[in-house]
Amino acid sequence: MNGPFDFTLALADDALIAAQRLAEWTTRAPEMEEDIALANIALDQLGAARLLLSYAGELEGAGRDEDALAYLRDDRQFRNVLLVELPNGDFAVTMAKLFFLAAYQLPLYTALAGCADERLAAIGGKARKESAYHLDHGALWVKRLGDGTEESHRRMQAAVDHVWPYTHELFAADPAAPVDPATLRPAFDEVVGPVLAEATLTRPGSAWAPAGGRAGVHSEHLAYLLAEMQVLHRAHPGAKW
Amino acid sequence: MSERAEQSGVTGHSPLWEVFVRARRGLSHTHVGSLHAPDAELALRNARDLYTRRQEGVSIWVVPAGAITASSPDEKDAFFDPAADKVYRHPTFYEVPDGVAHL
Repeated sequence: MNGPFDFTLALADDALIAAQRLAEWTTRAPEMEEDIALANIALDQLGAARLLLSYAGELEGAGRDEDALAYLRDDRQFRNVLLVELPNGDFAVTMAKLFFLAAYQLPLYTALAGCADERLAAIGGKARKESAYHLDHGALWVKRLGDGTEESHRRMQAAVDHVWPYTHELFAADPAAPVDPATLRPAFDEVVGPVLAEATLTRPGSAWAPAGGRAGVHSEHLAYLLAEMQVLHRAHPGAKW
Repeated sequence: MSERAEQSGVTGHSPLWEVFVRARRGLSHTHVGSLHAPDAELALRNARDLYTRRQEGVSIWVVPAGAITASSPDEKDAFFDPAADKVYRHPTFYEVPDGVAHL
């Protein structure tokens, strides 16, 4: 990453792809109340994505608005971390993804709220309140499933083991960015450690750290997600709705 | 379905909760609806999503539906009619002095 455009776009893509994945749960969650909570979080992420994409478009100065950036880039041009594009899996995998993402986004947006760039600071100030709620929700379910039944514990541990390697990419150092992600790691560990412990889950020790999302090198999942997300816009480019 | 589950209207596993909300500038908690949740903590969070859209400064109460005792519609007459007969129970026999604006 280099420059405010790439940084802003990367955060926007994280939120956009996370929103798309969460929206896939609509009408399919384990409970009606949870269905609404997931849709709520998806809408928060989409709201943050729209603000960040719009600002990225302005920073770029090439006339691309939020829709052009969301619907007319292919997977190699997306800058989201691999974590958010992973398939939803079962409810435990989704909660592991949500929990880790929120534990990263909360300190990120909090730090952003105090940065020199006024627009990014305003977006951070708005989004951090939402992230606090997402973190609360994710932590709550990680604890409930981890410390629930034998089967839910097994699934939650499997989910944490599956998702954990993808958390390392969140903290790839970028000293030139308004907020260097590497500085967020202690805050992340401080939140994640006690929750996993309370959930009777083992923190994975794997050294495998898949990455590449920030450089546009994604897993095989993203292209399918984009095909679905962009199909209408690509079929009718320039249409207004 | 067990008798207890029938009473609380539960078909799965989560009991029914009644939700009362006091708006930021509201004076009292008002019953706004009900929801299913496995426990009070989740009931509170779900109520926040369903009924308050996470507005800041609102107060939420959740109560297990089973904890509420309601007056029975069949006993309505016995409960409330006598009061209507006894007009002397109604505070309508006072002369309001002039100049008392806020009585």
